[in-house]
Amino acid sequence: MKRKPSRRVAVIGAGLSLFMRRALDTGKELAYYAASQALQTAGIRLKDIQAVVMATAPDAFDGVHMKGEWLLDGAGGVGKPYLRAYVGGGSGVFSIISGWMMVASGVFDLVLVVAEEKMSSCQPHPQGAFLTIFDHIIERPLGPNLLWIFSLEQQRYMAAYGIRNEDIALVSVKNKHNALAHPAAQVAAQLTVKDILDSDVVAWPVHRLMVSPISDGAAAVVLASEQVARRLSDRPIWIQGVGWCLDTSYWGNRDLAYPRYVEKAAWMAYEMAGVTEPRKQIHVAEPYDPFAYKELHHLEGLQLADRGQAPEDLARGRFDRTGELPSCPSGGLMGVGNPIAAAGLMKVCELFWQLRREAGARQVPGNPERGVAQAWGDLMQIGTVAVLGVR
Amino acid sequence: MARTRAKPAIARAQAPPYVPLRGHPLNEEEFRGQVGSTAWAPRLEYAWDAGVAISRFLDGLRQGKIYGVRCRRCGRTVTPPRAFCELDFKPMDEWVELLDTGTINTFSICYVTWDMKPLRVPQIPAVIEIDGTSPRVGFLHLVGGVRGRTVTEIRRQVRAGLPVRAVWKPPAKREGAITDILYFEPVRKRTKK
Repeated sequence: MKRKPSRRVAVIGAGLSLFMRRALDTGKELAYYAASQALQTAGIRLKDIQAVVMATAPDAFDGVHMKGEWLLDGAGGVGKPYLRAYVGGGSGVFSIISGWMMVASGVFDLVLVVAEEKMSSCQPHPQGAFLTIFDHIIERPLGPNLLWIFSLEQQRYMAAYGIRNEDIALVSVKNKHNALAHPAAQVAAQLTVKDILDSDVVAWPVHRLMVSPISDGAAAVVLASEQVARRLSDRPIWIQGVGWCLDTSYWGNRDLAYPRYVEKAAWMAYEMAGVTEPRKQIHVAEPYDPFAYKELHHLEGLQLADRGQAPEDLARGRFDRTGELPSCPSGGLMGVGNPIAAAGLMKVCELFWQLRREAGARQVPGNPERGVAQAWGDLMQIGTVAVLGVR
Repeated sequence: MARTRAKPAIARAQAPPYVPLRGHPLNEEEFRGQVGSTAWAPRLEYAWDAGVAISRFLDGLRQGKIYGVRCRRCGRTVTPPRAFCELDFKPMDEWVELLDTGTINTFSICYVTWDMKPLRVPQIPAVIEIDGTSPRVGFLHLVGGVRGRTVTEIRRQVRAGLPVRAVWKPPAKREGAITDILYFEPVRKRTKK
């Protein structure tokens, strides 16, 4: 089925807060920083905005019921149609998909999309907020924690294709290095594969430096209909396609070696964008990298590498910032940080700056014309994909 | 107050990295010492119904049996059991008693608790494909009966593809819970499917 949106939608402004281990700032304040910067770069004021989308992950992080409503004021949503977009870790990219639907449908011309996360409030460790993701009858009595599912998936990926942990550690090296040039970065560093593998094993095969950090932060973009975008911006970046897909919650019944739900989401977005050969037509990628192996897993799901081959492509430099297909030039979650919903939207912001050639020291060479951002979450279950381009 | 990195808003709109980003990072000491920081520990209690299908699965565990369900339309035999086929969206057709043996689909060796405290004896969570189901169908459980605590020692005995067998609680101690299976232990000889 060919999905053809009725109206084109552009990103005309983007903003971020700093990403931090622990912020003095509240969630509302962080959201305000990012949202006001996005409005400012779009050259508009809040009164011009007709509707607001807010993405923020579990209420349990903040200990605030209905925290989307609580964050309303910081997102600029007072007195406006307001929607919380929430699909766990996939929320950041789902927020722009939700905003896209509002504009593509013809209902609104200017929509503000904000994503915020403040993980640091949750004590003694925000992983506690995820304990209730496991089935309460047949999984929780076994005492699972969130690291289990990532380490199980990484090991399945490694076993299925004969991948070594050294190959996966290289993702941490690349992304933490890329993040050195990112102004919001929380955990940028110049490290070696040995440094990564010398860090503690938290849940083999996952080492501490293969896990993204606990973060507080926010991101925002302004979306506009074609007519309005052309009036307000000399370099709008178009949302050419969006896609999302969820797989079964019976995760023990899936093949964890390959994220087929990401593939489905990607093809939905590619078809909408007219992309038939993603490896030729996508020039910059921001796949979701909360754990080192996830970037490789997702590059395969996004059809940007053959199954099981992403580690080899990475090792030969294909995904470096100056490589054939720069992946996570921002530094990703492994380098910039992982305020969950905000981290996904940060990837969209990165594409906005990369495609406008405004990314400064992070700018990928050549003239990138099209990029893909992807996020992932729920119970290893959702892929959210957005394809952005210069025309 | 913590140090501030915020700068006054600038007049002309520019994107990062050309404009400073806002936010006030705190270190641990500052966070703990914050006058405005308050703490709250929620206390919530739930009583969950197991549902039509899982109730029967739990009864089976009490009897030392692992049950699955079959959908004749898609031909899948799956466990944990469910009342309806989520693909064909119709009731499941029959209950199937599976074996209490299986294969390790994937495993991990976990050295930390959820709040990142070190574990002296690691947990070995695994997805166990249960014999008698469709390919690659299993559930989360633990691997046990393994000597040693280091990654090297454990990986010598546990690997993906390894046949395993359920080690049950003694019948008198079973309570109709997933923990009626203590863990799955490696077996040398594989029971035929």
